[in-house]
Amino acid sequence: MKVSYYPGCTLKSNAKNFEDSALCALRELGVDVQELRRWNCCGTVYSLTTDDLMHHLASVRNLIRVKEEQADSVMTLCAMCYNTLKRVNERIKADPDSLQKIHKFMDEEKIAYRGDVKVRHLLELLREDVKFEAIGKKVKKPLHNLKVASYYGCLLVRPKEIGLDDMENPTVLDDLMAVLGANPVDFPYKTECCGAYLTVDKPETVADRTFSILTSARGRGAEVVSVSCPLCAFNLDHRQKETAKKYSEFKKIPILYFTQLLAIAMGCGEESLRLDLHYVDPQPLLRQKGLI
Amino acid sequence: MRTILSKKKIRDDFVRKIEEISGQKLLACYQCGKCSAGCPAVAEMDILPNQVIRYAQLGFKEELLEAKSVWICASCYTCNVRCPKGIKIAEVMEAVRQVLLRKRKDHVEVPKLSAEDKASVPAIALISSFRKFTS
Ligand code: SF4
Ligand code: SF4
Ligand code: SF4
Ligand code: SF4
Repeated sequence: MKVSYYPGCTLKSNAKNFEDSALCALRELGVDVQELRRWNCCGTVYSLTTDDLMHHLASVRNLIRVKEEQADSVMTLCAMCYNTLKRVNERIKADPDSLQKIHKFMDEEKIAYRGDVKVRHLLELLREDVKFEAIGKKVKKPLHNLKVASYYGCLLVRPKEIGLDDMENPTVLDDLMAVLGANPVDFPYKTECCGAYLTVDKPETVADRTFSILTSARGRGAEVVSVSCPLCAFNLDHRQKETAKKYSEFKKIPILYFTQLLAIAMGCGEESLRLDLHYVDPQPLLRQKGLI
Repeated sequence: MRTILSKKKIRDDFVRKIEEISGQKLLACYQCGKCSAGCPAVAEMDILPNQVIRYAQLGFKEELLEAKSVWICASCYTCNVRCPKGIKIAEVMEAVRQVLLRKRKDHVEVPKLSAEDKASVPAIALISSFRKFTS
C-alpha cells in the first residue's frame, strides 16, 4: 500500500517523536509512505471569515503538489494540518466562485485544482485501509497493563463535516489502544480544548486547562495520556511545568503521541521514539511496564 | 447599567459587516445559551458567547470591539457543533477580531516578544497565534 504524506513543519522540528514513530510503525505495517517532494506550511488554522481567500492559498498549493505526484489522496499526522487542509478543500469544492478567484491568483500553477484530492488523517488510514484487526495481529510487544487515556482535542473531531469520528464521544484512539493490548481509559475531558495557540500570549490559561484535563485523566486511573496533535502535545506536556507551579496538588503524568505507543507495539526500536523530546520523562513508566 | 436600544444601532453598517464576513444570520439566534454552557473559556470571558451574538444582533459595536472574550476564544468549535440553530459562533468571534485586526490593531505584538519567548514554544504555536491575533 502506497500513500502520499504531507508532514507539515512541526513534524520536522519539535515533533520528530511523532514523525519518526509513525514512519517506523507504518513500515512495520507494510505501508509505503512517500513524502511529498515539495510542500509548504498549511497555515495551521483555517480562516473563518468568508472574504479571506488569501489564507487558503497555502493549503491549495499543497493539494496541487499532491496532484503533481499523480496521487489522489494525502495523509497527514498533525491534527491541525488535517483540519486545515481538509476544510480548505471542502470550501473550494462547495464554492466555485472562490475557487475561480484563487485560480486567477495562482495562474503560474500548472494544475487548475478542483478539490479532488482526499485529505486523510493517519488514523483513518489505519482504521479503514490497514484495519485495526490486522494491526492487532502484527503486535509484537503488547501494551499490557498500560492504562492509556486518549485525548482527542478539537480538530480531529470538529467541525462535524471534517471530524473523523463522533464529535461528542470519539473512540477511535481508544479502539486502537485496545488492539495494541493496552487498557483504554475514558475520561470526560477527552475533547475539551487545551487552549491551543493561547499558549503564546496566555500560558497561564493553558496551565489551567492542562490541570483540568490531566487531573481528570489521572482520576480515571490513566498512567499516560496519548495525543495526536503537536500543539496539544506541547500544551499538555511542556506546560506541566507552569501547571505544577500554579497548582501545588498537581501530579505530573507522561504524554505520548499515539504513534509512539503504536511503534512500541510494532516492535520499533527506541531510536524511533525520540523520548528525549519530552518534558515529563515517559521512560520510567515504560521501563516499569517492560516496554523499553 | 442603562442599556439603550435603538433602530439606528441595529441597522448600523457594523451589524451588516459582521453578518457578511462571518457568513452568519445573527437573528437566527434565540438566546438559548447552549453555546456558553459548553464553552471552555467562559471563566475568563467578560461577555459570554451567547451575549456576543446578542450584542451583535443589537449593534453594540463599542462593547463588542472592547470585549476580551474574542481574544480568549481559541476556535475550538464546541459552540458551533452544539448550537441548535446552526449558528457558527466561532465565526462571529473571528469576524469581531478581524474588524479590529484589519485596522492593524494587533492583539499579539510580535516585536514585543523576546527571543526567549519565541524559542520556548513550537512553530505551530507561533504560526497559529500570529494567524489569529495579528493583521
Ligand atoms: S499546522 Fe503545523 S505542523 Fe501543520 S504545517 Fe502548519 S505549522 Fe506545520
Ligand atoms: S491544540 Fe488544543 S485546541 Fe488544538 S486541536 Fe489540540 S486540543 Fe484543540
Ligand atoms: S447556542 Fe445558538 S441559538 Fe443558542 S444562544 Fe448560542 S448562538 Fe444562540
Ligand atoms: S469556539 Fe470559542 S466561543 Fe466557541 S466554545 Fe470554543 S472557545 Fe468558546
